[in-house]
Amino acid sequence: MTQARLIEVETAILSKNDSYAEGNRRVLNALEVFTVNLVSSPGSGKTTLLCETIRRLGDVPLAVIEGDQQTANDAERIRATGARAVQINTGKGCHLDAHMVGHALDRLRLRQGSFLFIENVGNLVCPAAFDLGEDCKVAILSVTEGEDKPLKYPDMFTASRLAILNKTDLAPHCDVDLDLYAANLKRVNPDIEIIALSARTGEGMDRWIDWLQARRDAKRAV
Amino acid sequence: MHEMSLVEGMRQIIERATADPGIAQVTRVRVEIGRFAGVETAALTFAWDVVMRGSKAEGAVLEIIDLPGSALCYDCGKIARIDSRLDPCPHCGSGKVMPEQGDEMRIKDMEVI
Ligand SMILES: Nc1nc2c(ncn2[C@@H]2O[C@H](COP(=O)(O)OP(=O)(O)OP(=O)(O)O)[C@@H](O)[C@H]2O)c(=O)[nH]1
Ligand SMILES: [Mg+2]
Ligand SMILES: [Zn+2]
Repeated sequence: MTQARLIEVETAILSKNDSYAEGNRRVLNALEVFTVNLVSSPGSGKTTLLCETIRRLGDVPLAVIEGDQQTANDAERIRATGARAVQINTGKGCHLDAHMVGHALDRLRLRQGSFLFIENVGNLVCPAAFDLGEDCKVAILSVTEGEDKPLKYPDMFTASRLAILNKTDLAPHCDVDLDLYAANLKRVNPDIEIIALSARTGEGMDRWIDWLQARRDAKRAV
Repeated sequence: MHEMSLVEGMRQIIERATADPGIAQVTRVRVEIGRFAGVETAALTFAWDVVMRGSKAEGAVLEIIDLPGSALCYDCGKIARIDSRLDPCPHCGSGKVMPEQGDEMRIKDMEVI
């Protein structure tokens, strides 16, 4: 006669991802690489922002990991700037996970003190739960998406250290309330920093570049 | 969200925990899901039935324990239970609250024979 018994498990469902993320973080910290996980809905301008960021950073060593369900388009756009990029295709997957990023790291051979930009799959929901080993998440929201998006998708904005309000060049055409964007972002995350910019015209890009350099320098100083 | 990949993660954890050949079958699994974890219970249960096929936990009952959410108020410094990420502080009414708890996704225990 078999007897039912109870087994304590007490294990986080994402514990496997979290341990890969810790492995990535050890590698990245040893190399003093400042790593940003860029998250947003599709088309908010992540790749455009990255291309412009790479152009402005000039000779600073950096690399990019591109995550998309399909195509190598975004990695090709990055490589066209002269930067190194690895494309990850997630197929049906709605987010990057730390295991995929670990493989990409093996291929990138990062240099000491560089920047690593990880462009996540365009999706305002799922990537929030998956630590990749990054220093921080940066959420990109374009001004045409609507002021209520932080309230509708709070997880992503709570998980991010910085929100970039992109496409400010379109604001005059679309009746956009930038203050309301800021208020809604602060409502879901009182700590979030906000930079409004246009990756198209370059307006506000200096603040983003300064932010990146200050963060990387702070990381190297510890 | 990605309930399917969550359940795939659960399957791996369960397989590891039941590798002992003395365990024939898992009859019940209890998971704790935080209020703000963004997990759809119906989608999780559906994915559970599909993903567990062919494992020792095929047909096992999935029991979901809801964990409450809490937040720290930046104005009065209290930690309070809140039901939505958008709720104000129940003590002082401030909107400057930062979630503290509620994003848990954990397998608690399981019943095996
Ligand atoms: N007007 C304007 N258009 C922009 C700006 N930034 C990006 N775009 C345009 O927005 C569209 C989408 O830009 P992408 O950079 O491909 O966006 P993405 O977030 O990388 O998209 P996915 O990777 O597919 O999720 C393109 O047509 C860009 O030219 C901006 O600051 N202003
Ligand atoms: Mg892109
Ligand atoms: Zn309060």
